[in-house]
Amino acid sequence: MAARAASAALPASPARRAVLGLSPRQWRTALIAYLFLLPALALLGLFTFYPVGFGSALSLYQYNLRTLIGAEPLRFIGLDHFRALWGDRFFWIALGNSVKYVLVVPVLQFCSILLAVAVNRRLRGIRWFRAAYYVPVITSMVVVGLIWRWLYEQDGIINGALLGLGLIDRPISWLGNPRLALYSVMFVTFWKGLGYYMVIYLAGLQAISPEYEEAAMMDGAGRWQVFRHVTLPLLRPSILVASTISVIAALKVFEEIYVMTGGGPMFRTQTMLFYIVDVGFQRFDFGYAAALAVVLAAGIMALSALNFAVFRRGGYEAY
Amino acid sequence: MRLISRRALRAAGAYAGLTALAIFTAFPLLWLLSVALRPGGRVFGFPPPLPWPLGMDNFVGVWRTMPIPRFFLNTLIITGVGVGLNLLLCALAAYPLARLRFPGRNLIFFILLSTLMLPSHVGLIVNFVTMTRLHLIDTYAAVILPSAVSVFGIFLLRQQYLSIPQELEDAARIDGASELGLWWRVMLPLIAPGLATLAIFEFVAFWNSFLWPLIVLKSPDKYPLAVGLLYLSGLFGHNTRLIAAGAVMMTVPILVVFLFTQRYFMRGITLGAIR
Repeated sequence: MAARAASAALPASPARRAVLGLSPRQWRTALIAYLFLLPALALLGLFTFYPVGFGSALSLYQYNLRTLIGAEPLRFIGLDHFRALWGDRFFWIALGNSVKYVLVVPVLQFCSILLAVAVNRRLRGIRWFRAAYYVPVITSMVVVGLIWRWLYEQDGIINGALLGLGLIDRPISWLGNPRLALYSVMFVTFWKGLGYYMVIYLAGLQAISPEYEEAAMMDGAGRWQVFRHVTLPLLRPSILVASTISVIAALKVFEEIYVMTGGGPMFRTQTMLFYIVDVGFQRFDFGYAAALAVVLAAGIMALSALNFAVFRRGGYEAY
Repeated sequence: MRLISRRALRAAGAYAGLTALAIFTAFPLLWLLSVALRPGGRVFGFPPPLPWPLGMDNFVGVWRTMPIPRFFLNTLIITGVGVGLNLLLCALAAYPLARLRFPGRNLIFFILLSTLMLPSHVGLIVNFVTMTRLHLIDTYAAVILPSAVSVFGIFLLRQQYLSIPQELEDAARIDGASELGLWWRVMLPLIAPGLATLAIFEFVAFWNSFLWPLIVLKSPDKYPLAVGLLYLSGLFGHNTRLIAAGAVMMTVPILVVFLFTQRYFMRGITLGAIR
């Protein structure tokens, strides 16, 4: 009703010439629209879009602290950074560790799905259980890292419990042992991430109509069979989203490492982003850091694409 | 009779399992709390020492002897300004995308969508260079500005604007409301639930942000809690109890906000992940 009144009022106004196909009224709307958008687009342009372009270009230049303060001219060096990277032992160590870190993803996703199934039921107080599982997600990684550093201590509670149960004879140096350190840190990522992915899968589960599972039950399928052949395939969209987020997070892991091991022992927990920050902000070699960042970006995009291919087409059975 | 008892048994089993999982996820935080609450004695080892006698000495100690009040203030400033800017700028930007027709709208929408696929870590280096050029290194502005607009927030609020019935807008236009007046008086109140969700998410993100403040802040008296706490643990690593008390103080505000707004949280993640 009101809409009709508004449009009826239009022809009454004197018709003016359209400029570039837009009437003066449309021009006004466009102007207003862009004024609303301007602050957000300006900030995103400067701090989100510009870095992608300039960052990629930076990887082709010699750019360090002296260039930044203007003491040295910007020098184009082509692919020299990428050639240097090929022979950089620490790059390969960091890349290897980051790739290993992605191993946390399948374990984390599988356990999160089970957790979501466990809390997807009507039980008194289930809300509080969900909250308890979610608390690590919102806790600062610095706090979490400090706690686990203490729990992992030689005379810490984990060693104490294992010794008390007679499972080990000597305390284990969880973060000091070169073979174990990366996995110890990965466990913290796992512990902190469970609740986050649980919520994603819970939403996915609640979107599944119960009829499918009931029908399978009627046909005599067991609980595991229903989960394996009905629930899991229907959860595929959630798995795609969650595992993509998780892979990207694993490739970009930084805070856990920085707080708990500082990249040690013997570079065994030095990951890509850790190395980028080290090159960029300890050595101030921005050009080389940008080249490393480009490699990491390429890796992230490739793995995301792979993830899409697997979960779009074959589904999880293609594993 | 037997059926009921079997049912009760199953419920008990479910609770036992859920409780065991809750211990797994919550235990480290409870352990931290117990360390912070116990003024003296052993910290490490198994079984964990009971937090008895209880005392607030560690909290008082860390507040008095370490620059924790300063870190708190810094965190409050960064978080307050950051959340405020996000609410304002996202609410402004989402409005025309949802409710005005203008050339370039779809293009802008897709450009924004593409940021969700851009690897954000490239920004670390370039934004540091930009901040140096703008002479903003070691300022709160350098910490806040790169995350002052969240694309997630724009999409979230756009959805909210889209759900407002056209009649309300038409009525306001007939009454002669200006575009800005319409946005402020009619639209903003109606997207309040979306604004609340965004505020909570940005609150947690700014409160916990670590890497970027670590890079752009040079003087410790500007550190937020996350950076400051780690700095203190480096300086006073042997004093586990005081650091634990600081960690608890950093975590409590987040937990309080979370417990009161749980529903918004769960909804926000779902929207963020699936969109």
